[in-house]
Amino acid sequence: MLGLDKKDWTLLLIVAVLALAAPFILNPFPAGSELAQFNAGYPDLMQRFAIFGIFAIGFNILFGLTGYLSFGHAAFLGVGSYSAVWMFKLLSMNVVPAILLSMVVAALFSLLIGFVSLRRSGIYFSILTLAFAQMSFNLAYSVLTPITNGETGLQLTLDDPRILGASATADGSIPVTNLFGLEMRSTFELEIGAWLFQFNAGYYLCAVIMLLAFYAAMRIFRSPFGIMLRAVKSNQQRMTYTGLNPRPYTLAAFVISGMYAGLAGGLMASMDPLAGAERMQWTASGEVVLMTILGGAGTLLGPVLGAGFIKYFENIFSKINDNVLHGWFSFLPDGLEDLLVSIVHPFVGKGWHLTLGILFMLVVIFLPGGLIEGGQRIVRLFRKKKAPRGEDADHHPKETPHVAE
Amino acid sequence: MDAILLQILNGLDKGSAYALIALGLTLIFGTLGVVNFAHGALFMIGAFCAVTLSKFLTLSFETVDPTKTDFLGQPLKVKTPYVEAWFGPDFGGALIDWAVPLSILFAIPVMITVGFVMERGLIKHFYKRPHADQILVTFGLAIVLQEIIKQVYGANPIPTPAPDAFRGSFDFGVLLGFDPSVIIYPYWRLVYFLFAAVIIGAVFAFLQFTTFGMVVRAGMADRETVGLLGINIDRRFTIMFGIAAAVAGLAGVMYTPINSPNYHMGMDFLVLSFVVVVVGGMGSLPGAVAAGFLLGILESFASMNEIKSLIPGIDQIIIYLVAIVILLTRPRGLMGRKGVMED
Repeated sequence: MLGLDKKDWTLLLIVAVLALAAPFILNPFPAGSELAQFNAGYPDLMQRFAIFGIFAIGFNILFGLTGYLSFGHAAFLGVGSYSAVWMFKLLSMNVVPAILLSMVVAALFSLLIGFVSLRRSGIYFSILTLAFAQMSFNLAYSVLTPITNGETGLQLTLDDPRILGASATADGSIPVTNLFGLEMRSTFELEIGAWLFQFNAGYYLCAVIMLLAFYAAMRIFRSPFGIMLRAVKSNQQRMTYTGLNPRPYTLAAFVISGMYAGLAGGLMASMDPLAGAERMQWTASGEVVLMTILGGAGTLLGPVLGAGFIKYFENIFSKINDNVLHGWFSFLPDGLEDLLVSIVHPFVGKGWHLTLGILFMLVVIFLPGGLIEGGQRIVRLFRKKKAPRGEDADHHPKETPHVAE
Repeated sequence: MDAILLQILNGLDKGSAYALIALGLTLIFGTLGVVNFAHGALFMIGAFCAVTLSKFLTLSFETVDPTKTDFLGQPLKVKTPYVEAWFGPDFGGALIDWAVPLSILFAIPVMITVGFVMERGLIKHFYKRPHADQILVTFGLAIVLQEIIKQVYGANPIPTPAPDAFRGSFDFGVLLGFDPSVIIYPYWRLVYFLFAAVIIGAVFAFLQFTTFGMVVRAGMADRETVGLLGINIDRRFTIMFGIAAAVAGLAGVMYTPINSPNYHMGMDFLVLSFVVVVVGGMGSLPGAVAAGFLLGILESFASMNEIKSLIPGIDQIIIYLVAIVILLTRPRGLMGRKGVMED
């Protein structure tokens, strides 16, 4: 059904259940308890999970399938954000036209950049995309200030025209983003015992779009087009010799992944209607590379996992300060407690990037397949114990007599 | 004419920094075939060598001077650096004043060690892996190094002044027969340019006129054959990595008076240096140097008011624009060799 086989359906269903039940799953600790700081079930963070999930899924279509490492993908995200905010300023506060426009603009922008950058491959491609992204970033900061509002970032104001909506609400404040009247920031709170669960309209919009994006990526992975992209990665020369021109395929992949980034940017602006140039900086492009590699490039689920992993730990780690650490190690004798705190201190709080860098290096060195490969290895370890040499049977078929006996 | 000359001079110091970093990048790429995204971090570590030494030299102890009082009426506390107490105020003061140039002596062994450890400990294991993996792991390393520096030295730039003798500017125009005070040029920038020229010359001379350099050049051209001749080329390439790290580090040491070092200076320079390497041609040493100076000077021309009013924003994007044009018209860069990075 819908062009998926049974295995893919299971995967899609698992992702769907996880995404839709996220407010429950990510909130395992009762509010107010000691462990409540590890809860991730609040709207802002969950939205970021879904949005960066979309961004990473899109990046993976380019990098995971074709092997082209782009260091400038944040530019498309930034362009998407800007166009969405402009839509809010000029047309209405409905998110649908904003998201659609951000995808279209990102597609055009990536078509332009991709057309030029894809003439080269390998490191040259990385540098070209990096150069384009830095150029857009610098321009957004300086000359394009009328469009981007420079350093301040593009914001909504009370005197925006908003043709199909009101410039200001009845009580004189800026209207909020909505989906046909459903406000993005409206949150339904459910209290069960000591637990407080929050169901946010914006998060559910992001989650549904992420599921659609995931489904689309799945179809791309399984399609003949996806196989062509893999062919580009494994041996482009051979592909050319068989009479196929790889350029249209890679360009299509580049534009598709640019549209994903634009979609993520548009959603980001829909949740919080402002856009700044720093979203386009190359560190932001580096972040999506980290997410994809950490989760597992070339796998379906990997990028989503990586995005969730990085965003979750960024949030949690940066909250841990020395007081929290002292609380944790308080059961130890004083000297030992101080020693442990001073050892852990550089890696938490503001030192989160250090942990991330180390983790990333370890993954690239020991687990090139990312978290997904790690999971597979663990599963294989258990399977091997249960059924010894089960796998070998396929790889080393038994000798069969050449002549039938 | 004088305006043009002034812009060329202004571009020289930035161009020198680009050229030195790009030279190291190209050395590493040409010998080991590794794309080193952590090279900017080496530049930064060099700069922080200078910071460390100047902090170390100004370590001081406090004494109470009972004859004077401060504005609160308390006895004045006088800080005396240890070096001044040990070597006398004249020599000690001179040592502190000359901290940045002295850091060169300190930075060379440090940077060579860092380079060795990096190559033997990490990069060695990535020769056989795809270029994308090399980029990723060195990118991770760059993040780690930069965060460590941030933890140790804090996030704010640390001013590290040049020696008194070089602190002012001088009237360069008079030397060339222009009107006075048309071309004013800070001494230290001139020192930086001369220093860069000496280092670049030394690296080229080392490669061109020593037996060691000859073997390295042969290895760059055909590593396998040199290995088959019974020469331990890997060891020599490791040494070249150390030298490349030292070149980047020295560029950083001398750059500190021009721009106060902070933890992300490496990344800022890295992106531009990669563009420089690609413009110069991957694997070409003269190309890297030429492109470094060329782009530095172009950048300074683009920031002239006359040009900015003609094409607004050009100063922000000129380097990237040049890189894009060069890559699309001359795919191998200005002086790129055939067969490098074309797999």
